Amino acid sequence: MRATAGSVQMAAPQAARRRLLGVLSLYLPLLIPVAALSLIPLVQGIWLGFTDYRLGSPARFNLLANYARMLGDRDFWTSFRTGFVWTFTVTGGEIILGMGLALLLNARVPFRGLWRILILIPWAMPPVIKGLIWRFVYHPDAGLLNYALISLGILRDPINWLADFGWALQSVVLVGIWTGLPLATVVLLSGLQTVPDELKEAAALDGASGWRQFRYVTLPLMAPIIVALSSLEFIWNFNSFGLVYVLTEGGPAGLTRLPMLFAYFEGFQYGNLGYAAALGNVMVLIIGGFVLYGVRRQGAATG
Amino acid sequence: MAMTLSAPLRRRATTALLLVPLAAYIIFLAFPLLWLTSTSFKRPNEILVLRPTVIPKAPTLDNYREVLGPEGVVRASLNTMKVAVASAVLALAIALPAAYALARKQSRLNKAIIGWILVSQSFPSILIIVPLFLILARFSLANSHLGLIMVYVVWSLPFVLWILHGFVKGLPNELEEAAAVDGASFPQILFRILMPLLLPGLATTLLYAFVNAWNEFFFALVVLKDPQLMTVQVSLSRFRGLEGLARWGPLAAGSVIATLPAMAAFAFLQRRLVSGLLSGGLKN
Repeated sequence: MRATAGSVQMAAPQAARRRLLGVLSLYLPLLIPVAALSLIPLVQGIWLGFTDYRLGSPARFNLLANYARMLGDRDFWTSFRTGFVWTFTVTGGEIILGMGLALLLNARVPFRGLWRILILIPWAMPPVIKGLIWRFVYHPDAGLLNYALISLGILRDPINWLADFGWALQSVVLVGIWTGLPLATVVLLSGLQTVPDELKEAAALDGASGWRQFRYVTLPLMAPIIVALSSLEFIWNFNSFGLVYVLTEGGPAGLTRLPMLFAYFEGFQYGNLGYAAALGNVMVLIIGGFVLYGVRRQGAATG
Repeated sequence: MAMTLSAPLRRRATTALLLVPLAAYIIFLAFPLLWLTSTSFKRPNEILVLRPTVIPKAPTLDNYREVLGPEGVVRASLNTMKVAVASAVLALAIALPAAYALARKQSRLNKAIIGWILVSQSFPSILIIVPLFLILARFSLANSHLGLIMVYVVWSLPFVLWILHGFVKGLPNELEEAAAVDGASFPQILFRILMPLLLPGLATTLLYAFVNAWNEFFFALVVLKDPQLMTVQVSLSRFRGLEGLARWGPLAAGSVIATLPAMAAFAFLQRRLVSGLLSGGLKN
């Protein structure tokens, strides 16, 4: 009796260890490249943010010197302010306009299936091509926008949208919204389809108008989806690079230089790789802070 | 009587009212691509005019002929195709066993893996590219397609793993258990039983990974320096200046060519888009 009990006790941890080894062997092909090309570089990147590393010279630890430099760097403040304006307006625009479009596509309209496909177009396009197309739409002489506005009588003289200090940021934001609208719409539409019709009908019987049904029935049920979507969009938009790089390269005079563009120029044009990594660290802190805040608020709101 | 007459009328009026904003949305979202396509068939004298038309008055294939010739778009597209296909296939091969473990085996590692998926999605690429560039340079892989393929594999792994694990989770457990009772080994279960059932999921994931690599710009810009090696996105982005506008026709033709693979993949993926999206992270 005692002997069998002992062998069972012996076998249990062994079986567990064998199981763990089995799981580990399934993960192994993933873990090696991930460690070599994702985890180690990530740790190294965070570390480089605390050094004065420049291409060709050894990295020396310099504590917080990079961050002290940021405090006095006008370009840093401009860039991160631009980053915030860009991130909030693009994310907000995507959600609000996306909700409008999702409601339209959820209603009974003719050719609904066709519209649902057509709205995906900007999503599938490479960011570089999106940038090129809109450069042409915004072109001062041959651009579509100036042509349309002038022939409608809204504008008298053409505007050089992407080079104008008063218009460059707004023009870039509009393209950002255009880019993210399909994804936001698809997600919100799938959310709308899960709202049971009975609830809306019950509210309608109680005399609620269309707007009140939306405000007090649909919107609360959609809240988790909206929060998840805004957090993802926030991260993506804050880290955005290709689109604005092609549209303006950060110009005019750094007005549309998003944080990623600023870090890219610092690192790969001026060779200040340590400073670029430090900028990356600050971006991580900002994103982490906002996402934590969002998750907390969502947690508080749902109970 | 008046009520029964006006109800369908009112519904028709509402529909018409909905179509106006819907049309505005569709024009906003789809018109730029229509315009690009139309421009790619126009002659230079029709592009830079004050009153442009949607349908070219004298359509021409000159732009395509030019861009497919010495412009290097063919080479750049082939480069991109090679890098995107190789990285998508590799990422899938690496992620498949891990996706199985994540979906089917309870272990402490799962939490760590999910944590890594979330973290890697939110880090700005600038933080990873600096050391990655140095590692690639140490192994003489900077400025090479192999180096870029490795970067793309690791970059696409988190969402490939996440989507695949969703597909594995959706398969019934009983088949594997029955096969195990019959004495099938694990590789047999994986390749004989799960793989055929997973094929649609694998195809979807492969296309996602392919489109993401095809459209990617930042890593390709940093890793590749040699014009011979450049991807189609980087080579098109170099046409931005005044020179680019003067040669907008060929540029538009090149852009149409560079958009086609992603569009074709998207048309195919369209039905699975929402479920794949809700089951995992997807880059935009």
